[in-house]
Amino acid sequence: MCVEFRTRHGVVRALEEVRFIVRRGETVGIVGESGSGKSVTAYALMGILDPAARVTDGRAVFGGLDLLHASRQELEAYRGRELAMIFQSPRTALNPIRTVGRQIEDVLLRHQTVPRAKVRDRVIELLTLVQIPDPERRARAYPFEMSGGMCQRVMIALAIAASPSLLVADEPTTGLDVTTQAAILDLLDELARTTGMATVLISHDLGLIAERCDRIVVMHAGHVVEEAPARAMFAGPRHPYTARLLASTPRVGAKLAELVPIPGGVPDLRAELPPCRYRARCERAVAECDEPPLPRTQVAPGHLVACRRPL
Amino acid sequence: MILDVRALTRRFPVRGGHGAVHAVDDVTFAIGHGESVGLVGESGCGKSTVVRLVTRLDDPTDGRIFFEGHDVGAIPAKRFARTAARGRIQMVFQDPADSLNPRFTAFDTIADPMRRLGESAMRARLRDRVHEVADLCGLPAELLGRYPHQLSGGQQQRVGIARAIALEPRLLVLDEPTSALDVSVQAVILHLLADLRQRLGMSYLFVSHDLNVVRMLTDRVLVMYLGRIVEQGPADVVFEQPAHPYTRALLSAVPADGGGPRSRICLTGEPRSPIDPSPTVCRFHGRCPEGFERCEREMPVLRAAGAGRDHEAACHLLDAPVGSAVS
Repeated sequence: MCVEFRTRHGVVRALEEVRFIVRRGETVGIVGESGSGKSVTAYALMGILDPAARVTDGRAVFGGLDLLHASRQELEAYRGRELAMIFQSPRTALNPIRTVGRQIEDVLLRHQTVPRAKVRDRVIELLTLVQIPDPERRARAYPFEMSGGMCQRVMIALAIAASPSLLVADEPTTGLDVTTQAAILDLLDELARTTGMATVLISHDLGLIAERCDRIVVMHAGHVVEEAPARAMFAGPRHPYTARLLASTPRVGAKLAELVPIPGGVPDLRAELPPCRYRARCERAVAECDEPPLPRTQVAPGHLVACRRPL
Repeated sequence: MILDVRALTRRFPVRGGHGAVHAVDDVTFAIGHGESVGLVGESGCGKSTVVRLVTRLDDPTDGRIFFEGHDVGAIPAKRFARTAARGRIQMVFQDPADSLNPRFTAFDTIADPMRRLGESAMRARLRDRVHEVADLCGLPAELLGRYPHQLSGGQQQRVGIARAIALEPRLLVLDEPTSALDVSVQAVILHLLADLRQRLGMSYLFVSHDLNVVRMLTDRVLVMYLGRIVEQGPADVVFEQPAHPYTRALLSAVPADGGGPRSRICLTGEPRSPIDPSPTVCRFHGRCPEGFERCEREMPVLRAAGAGRDHEAACHLLDAPVGSAVS
């Protein structure tokens, strides 16, 4: 998948040859710093990219349908029912002038997943599932009457309302307490196990990704730099960026001295960039790194690295 | 002691109803000179209210706040903003983008507290002092002319920190200072904060929901639940041998990247209402996996926990025979 944004200040090449697969029942984590293209990937899959964006190449095949080139009608039949998304900012993603109960009902009625008479019960059931206290009363509340964490949970209820086959969760638990976060992710785990729901979990929290994902995709400046089973990635990262990302994450019981920042920042994606976009920040870079194309090497079964000099 | 908080209480009347939200209830703690104390707990537990009371942005309903020996809690928040002590208790806010004036350059943001509260000697060399503080915070001089929107998140937070330390405060209150930042930037800011404390000898009250970060930056931690301190002690002791069932649940919920299966303590049941809670029932009762009959008729107070000195928890389990308390 390749995505560009046309701006007044030039073309931003936001995603370049992003590729990964998600199997049924599997949870795939996408990690990276802000500006690495995590959310753009999610938006592209859902067909809700900004009008300034253009998919220049690639496919995203889901149940026989290419999401990147599907018609609006085809997408609308899938979205909400087969394909659902949890957005990053619950306050802006919910409709401010409808009660949260009505918003969940809308999804259920639109996709007719439960009989009309049962809709009300299902709404309460969903709110209970996402651990909203006093669900009957909360169903009648408007988003502004709820805390941010509560809105976040409502949005999760909306996303799972129609039992989707693929859930794209963009920072689903940011802003929630660790205890609530654990409960919500347990719920998503359970749905994956019982309904075979596949999940793309986008987060900057490596600890969370490590604990919850089967496989991990590491993104940097619009490139997938490494893809591996979760355990292999944490045991031995092969891309220098992944190693740096791990070293900059506070781990359980770690000391401050062990926390090493990543030098530099994500490059300006409007500029002419070398094949490897991590080159300017990389301590292992050599002259060959400037020669296209960027390699994509399999270093172990299911473990791919886009680097000329992997660790 | 630089800060000594005694039986601090803050209640908010319920709008259009009866009763009051007990946001902070009988909270007592102290911070020593040069000490860094962490404050953790879920949202709604009263962390932010404690911060607002200690930084004197809000007035307590009851209790006292002594800062450097003076009863600052008695000064109304409005008047406190003009006292000299205002410069000695400063704050770093969670979201740097929201807490910087969009119409102020970085220079003006850092200079503002000095212009308002600085002594004449400091005002006379304002320019030099701004450059000095910016340099301490790793902010290049060429960025001082920029407005917040022209700065990255990490640079914005450096401006926020520079503003807070401009008046050489003795106590810095940090409310989730890195939660809006990327991990790579967070690492830089955490190092900066540790470095500044060492260089300037400030005390920290560090509020965060990220327990791994709290452990890195603090000597001692306070754990709050529904307005009360339920456990306090040296950071390493509390993290290694938590004595309160709530602390144990909180720590077990932190994602651990080992991959191996861990025993997570799931909290079931709803938190008790913070509106006029019963003074004779433990606030954690109902959600506590280890609650028993006594928890319903007597509010536990802080008592010595384990062997570690200065480690306390408010739980009746600690009165039970040794062995069942520390699991």
